[in-house]
Amino acid sequence: MDPLAQLNAWVASGKKAALATVVQTWGSSPRPVGSHMAVLESGDFAGSVSGGCIEGAVVDAAREAIASGKPRLLEYGVSNEAAWEVGLACGGRVQVFVEPVTP
Amino acid sequence: MKQDVLRQIEEARSRKHAFATVTDTGTGAQSVVRAHDTFGELNIDATQLAEIRSRTAADQSGVMDNGWFVRVYSPPARMVIVGAVHIAQALAPMAKLAGFDVIVIDPREAFVRSGSLGDAKAIVDWPDDGMKEVAPDSSTAVVTLTHDPKLDDPALAAALRSKAFYIGALGSKKTHAKRLARLTEMGFTDADMARIHGPVGLDINALTPAEIAVSIMAQVIEKLRAEAP
Repeated sequence: MDPLAQLNAWVASGKKAALATVVQTWGSSPRPVGSHMAVLESGDFAGSVSGGCIEGAVVDAAREAIASGKPRLLEYGVSNEAAWEVGLACGGRVQVFVEPVTP
Repeated sequence: MKQDVLRQIEEARSRKHAFATVTDTGTGAQSVVRAHDTFGELNIDATQLAEIRSRTAADQSGVMDNGWFVRVYSPPARMVIVGAVHIAQALAPMAKLAGFDVIVIDPREAFVRSGSLGDAKAIVDWPDDGMKEVAPDSSTAVVTLTHDPKLDDPALAAALRSKAFYIGALGSKKTHAKRLARLTEMGFTDADMARIHGPVGLDINALTPAEIAVSIMAQVIEKLRAEAP
């Protein structure tokens, strides 16, 4: 399902969810600027921000954002050791904005 | 993201006009910028608004000079398939997966009814009227699949009079030569007819309806992305 439609459906049914969006990319990165991933409190998600490389880390960040109610701007790539462990196999760098949906 | 903003995004997407969301990624404050108005928390000055509008027109999401993030939502490209035939049953869901809004035109109700066209919009009408309803524009692809001149020709004529970014017609080289002769009689020039891809699709030795649908889909995407800025 389209990530925004999924996000809207989750929120409309009273669930807590967040939206992750690719804001900037450097080097080769698999998904273009603007790509969305909707994340549910439980960890279910729809859409993608990297084609599989960093989705797990973004889901964790999104759940934290849902818990705190605060948005976060995150960066993954070769310059970030934590992200290196997550592994953006293509060697690019990507900035992802994660925002909880709030009333 | 405020729930109100999410609702506005979904509402604006359903209208199929281009618009943008603008986000201060430091605070999370956000606005939806539509063609004639804006909604949200950001105070956007005239210069910023001009940049957002030009990014929207160019379908260019990205970070502005002041650090705000602009996400442009453009309406999906459309694919008009003339003929609810076997190839259409493979092509319609494929095009839908690739992000197209799909419209199938065929006056033969039995074809439309029996074909599993997924959630494509069906217009049960003659192509003359069907194409008027669709009004192809520069983000529309038109593919004719019936082999029948009285269905294909009017659709091709309407497509040639439009700015459709892709026009394809199923049929062998021989069939296509005859088709071009008929279109010449209708007053179309060689330059007009050079827009028609016929035989349709990339040459990948496709044999089955699904394989032919792949070859058509690939050619449509090639054309769509070639014209992107």
